Formats: sequence, C-alpha cells, structure tokens
Amino acid sequence: MTVEHITLTLVLLTFAIYIYIGWWSKVKDTSNFFVAGKEIPAVANGAAIAADWMSAASFISMAGLISFLGYDGTIYLMGWTGGYVLLALLLAPYLRKFGRYTVPDFIGDRYYSNGARAVAAIATLFISLTYVAGQMRGVGIVFSRYLQVEITIGVLIGMTIVAFFAVLGGMKGITWTQVVQYFVLIIAFIIPAVAISLKLTGIPVPQLGLTFSSLAKDLSHLQIELGMNEYLAPFQNLSALNVFAVTLALMIGTAGLPHVIIRFYTVKDVRSARWSAGWAIIFIALLYTTAPAIGVFAKYNLINSFNNEPVEEVRDISWVSKWEETGLLQLDDKNGDGLLTFSGDDTNEVIIDRDIIVLSTPEVAELSPFIIALVAAGGLAAALSTASGLLLAMSSAVSHDLYYRIIKPTASEKQRLAFGRWMIFLAVIVAGYFGMNPPGFVGEVVAFAFGIAAASLFPAIFLGIFDKRMNREGAIWGILSGLSFTVMMILLMRSSQIFGTETQVMESFLGINAQGIGAVGAVINFAVSFIVSRSTKAPPEEISQMVEEIRVPKVSEEKSE
Amino acid sequence: MVKNEQNISEKQREYWKKNIRLIITLLIIWASVSLFGAIIMANPFSNIPFFGVPFSFWLAQQGSIIVFVCLIFFYAIKMDRLDEQYDVKEVILTEKDKKGDES
Repeated sequence: MTVEHITLTLVLLTFAIYIYIGWWSKVKDTSNFFVAGKEIPAVANGAAIAADWMSAASFISMAGLISFLGYDGTIYLMGWTGGYVLLALLLAPYLRKFGRYTVPDFIGDRYYSNGARAVAAIATLFISLTYVAGQMRGVGIVFSRYLQVEITIGVLIGMTIVAFFAVLGGMKGITWTQVVQYFVLIIAFIIPAVAISLKLTGIPVPQLGLTFSSLAKDLSHLQIELGMNEYLAPFQNLSALNVFAVTLALMIGTAGLPHVIIRFYTVKDVRSARWSAGWAIIFIALLYTTAPAIGVFAKYNLINSFNNEPVEEVRDISWVSKWEETGLLQLDDKNGDGLLTFSGDDTNEVIIDRDIIVLSTPEVAELSPFIIALVAAGGLAAALSTASGLLLAMSSAVSHDLYYRIIKPTASEKQRLAFGRWMIFLAVIVAGYFGMNPPGFVGEVVAFAFGIAAASLFPAIFLGIFDKRMNREGAIWGILSGLSFTVMMILLMRSSQIFGTETQVMESFLGINAQGIGAVGAVINFAVSFIVSRSTKAPPEEISQMVEEIRVPKVSEEKSE
Repeated sequence: MVKNEQNISEKQREYWKKNIRLIITLLIIWASVSLFGAIIMANPFSNIPFFGVPFSFWLAQQGSIIVFVCLIFFYAIKMDRLDEQYDVKEVILTEKDKKGDES
C-alpha cells in the first residue's frame, strides 16, 4: 500500500467516525443545538475546548512560524496559552453562571441594549469569518498534498463533512466530534515529534530533548554561520515592543474568542466550567510545549538535508518532489554549481513555505507511511474541529441573537431550530468560499481575528462582570472606538494586500505592527468605556442585581429557610 | 429572589473579595512570568544558561506555559474550597429551574 492509500483509508475512517457521532447526537431542541443541553462532563469539555481552539494554524502553521521566528515565535506560544489564563480566571466561571447561549446574549442582557447585542453579534460574525477562512485553507493544503486532489475539491469534501455533523447535531454533535478530533490531532502531532526527537537527541520526550540537548545551540550556531538570525536570541525578527504588543494582543484576543467562550456554556455548573478550563489548558499545553521542539528539530534537519547537497540528489527524495509540485517548496540552483545553498541572504536557493514544516516532519524523519497518514488526518481534525466551533458561533450570532432576540422574539422553538440549522449551512458555504479564495497566510489571517476580539469583546465582557458601575453607554462607545481603531489600523497597515496600494499606507503605529494593534485597541476600549460610563447615569438596579448573581456560583436563597 | 438580603450580601461580598484577591495574585504571577520575565527581561536572562538553552528562551517557549497550567489548576482547586467555605457551591438545576433557564 502506498502512502496515499493509507492516508485515504485513515482520513475516510476518521470522517466516518465524525459522521457517525453527528448522526448519533442529532438534536431536537435549541438548548441541545446551541449549548449541548448543558451536560458535557468537564474533562470532555476540556478536550473539546482544546480541539475547538487549536486550529489549523496551531497544528499546521505554528511550529513552522516558530522555526522561522526563533525566540520571537514565543508571541504565539505565550500569546495563545497566556490568554487562556485570562479566559479561565476572568470570564469562564461567570459566563457559565449567566448561563445563556452566546456572547452577544451576555453583552445584550448585561448592557440592557439590543444595540449592544447587535454590535457584539456583528463582531462575533466578523471574528469567526476571518478565523474560519484559515481553517478551510488548512483543509485544502492537506488534501492537495496528501491525496493529490485539487484544493477546491478538498475544501468541498471538508465542507460536506462539517455541514453534516454540525447541522444535524448542533453543539452536541460538534462537542463529541471535537473530543475525538482532539485525540486524533494530538496523537498525530506527538508521534512524529517523539520520533524526530529520539533520532536527533536520543531523548524520547521532545520537551526534554529541546531543553537537555545541545541541538538548539547547534542550530543557533548553524544559523549564524549561514547568515540567518541567531535562533536563541530574543528580538531578532521583531522589536521588543512588537513582541510585547503582539503577545498581549493575542492574550486578550484569545480570551475574547466567541467560539471558545460558548464552549463554557455547555457544562453543567460553575465548578465544571473552572475544571474544564484546567483540563483544556493541559490538553493545549501538550501541543504547545511540543511545537517549539518541533520547530528546532525540523529546522535543523531541513538545513542539513538541503545545504551543500547536490540539487539532483535532493530532488530524488520522494517527499521533496511531492512538496515541490505543490509549490510550497522551491529549489532553484541559481549559481549553477549543482549544490544547494541554504542561507539568509541573496544566495539562498531554498524557499520553504512555513506551513510545510509540521506536515513534512514525518517524511523528513523517515517515519512509516502510517505516521505520515496520521499527520494528514490530524491536520484535518484540527481544521475541522475549529471550523465547526466557528460555524456554530456564527450561526448562533445570526439565528439566536439577531433573529430571535432582536428581529422576531415570538419565534417558536421549532422555527428557531430550523433557522439555526439553515444558518450553519449558509456559514459552511461562506467558509468554503473563503477556503477556495484564501485571503492570505493561515497563521496571519487568524491573528487578525484575535486583534478584533481583543479590541471589542474582551473588555465589554470583563467590565460587565468586574465593574458594576459599567453601563450601556460606556460599553457601546468602548466597543465602537476600540473596534474602529483596530480595524482602521489593520486596513492601513495591510493596505497593499487589501486595497492593492503600492506600499502600505502605514508601516506601524508608534512602532506596533498590525498583529499587535489589538492590544492598543483594547486599551482604548477600556479607557473610553470608563470615561463614558462615569459621565452617564448608572445602570438600573436589576442589572446590579444580575451582576451580583453572576459573581457567586449559587445565590444562597435556600439558606434562609 | 434574594431573601434575607443583608446577611447574604455580606457573605457574598466577602466571598467576592477573596476571589478578587486570588485572581490578582495569580495574574501577577502570570504577568511576571510571561510579559516581564520572558519579554522585558529577555536580554539579561539570555546570559543565564538553563541546561542546553538560555534561561529566557526556556521561559518563553516552555516554562511560561507550564506556569499557566499550574495557575489555572490552582485556581480551580482554591475556588472549590472557597465555594465550600462560603456555602455557595452550585446545586444542580432542578427540572423547574431548567425550564426557567431556557426562556
């Protein structure tokens, strides 16, 4: 059996499991559809959160990004996991206590305003849309490389699968498929990492292999020799200010991601919300501490397999030719000496797309075809699990918040469920379109979603819980100013990609780049919210009461009897 | 909804205060490991070796994540105890409450 056959078998097998779960968990009411009936056990929810939250970017792109950024790659590592701490400590328990279906639900009720609800719903849609595009592109990459199918067809297959279990099973179907997808993706990520660590350092645990061997130092020296940046030294690729700002923006943004937040609505009580946050960070940390090790090992290995090697011999390696076909790897013997030069300057003859670092690791490390197939299935699991969570977040923003809570509050349970299903279906089609016409790099596109989440949703939710005096006016003006600032800055700093201008209209904002601008947006949101709320009238009494109730797991009314 | 308001809000206020204090302590650790330790102090910490890698590199790409895991678990354990102590542990919803919830 060839690699393609094994891959196909494994991918079909995992897809069959996802479809079976979707069918098994088909739901009949909106509570099950939007929040899985609030009966998901904490550990299972932890795994589902991890799968939901670790996207195609985490699985496919991140280790590659780190291997090119070196030390500065920590923006993704600390940014994405550190934000998780904010989510677990500051938002998750209270939102569970609030106990409705969506993020706009909380913002609309807490700020007694359908205007705030609508703004939050639109922010949710915007964040999820930018984010989902990256997932579908991830699906396309895996299909085109491993099964030699057109990217378009790959995206179509992915869409069909997601549509099936999301439309039928809603949140319940999505949750249980995500639990399975977590295990597929983590096994697929860990096995090649263990193998390559064992091969290069003799230590089977990649985290320890990174720390207790000299490999990282060797790579750092090798990179200096070849005219690349020193791998282990900070601020070689990004300024210290940018590392700080981007890390902070990703942290705050992670905590404000609607598709992750709604996962906490699905557990049975506040205590389970806190514990599922704990399980989730363990599951996430497993991948996030492995990724930097893969970054070092893969880079070291790649340099050694390319630099000063005869170009014809390199091309004979089967994985090299396959990746060259996809255009993600380019070899060009510019000086015609028959040898490849891998360096940091003009003489470089090897161009590697960052997205292939993880996907090619098992082949580079000469692992069995089964492991290579497993990585393909893992990449698909990561992309599909996140896509399904995002689709539900989009569907609930439209069908629950905009349609039911604002436009037609008299809608019956049946109408709402049907509308929710149609919205997921529509969202799948939109996501698919973006997957076929990708707006850019997987990792980079996702980063913008974080900036927007940081500048809009996180401050509004945080203040809604911790500042009793925060009122409607403060929240709305805060969101609008934070959001418009961030969006405008991103548009200006990415104008050549978005509007096709010759150069970017703006290079940076006071030295902070587009990825880090969300941190500034969040600060603006906080400041405007505070000033406006203090100069307008306090929220009504029942809202203060509601905040009091959110703050404790149980309002102790039984005690008085 | 809340009977016996005086007594309860007093107790709840104290619970909330303790919760806030715990959150602030944990977030100080959070910030000093990540934003301070691995970014602001990145250059000086580069000179301290930590087995095969510089200490700041280890902190940025391994250590901080391990600390984050500990923080969240510590919070979950500590809050369980606090819930118990202040008798605010959530009771699982009855059928009647569940109906009210879906409104």
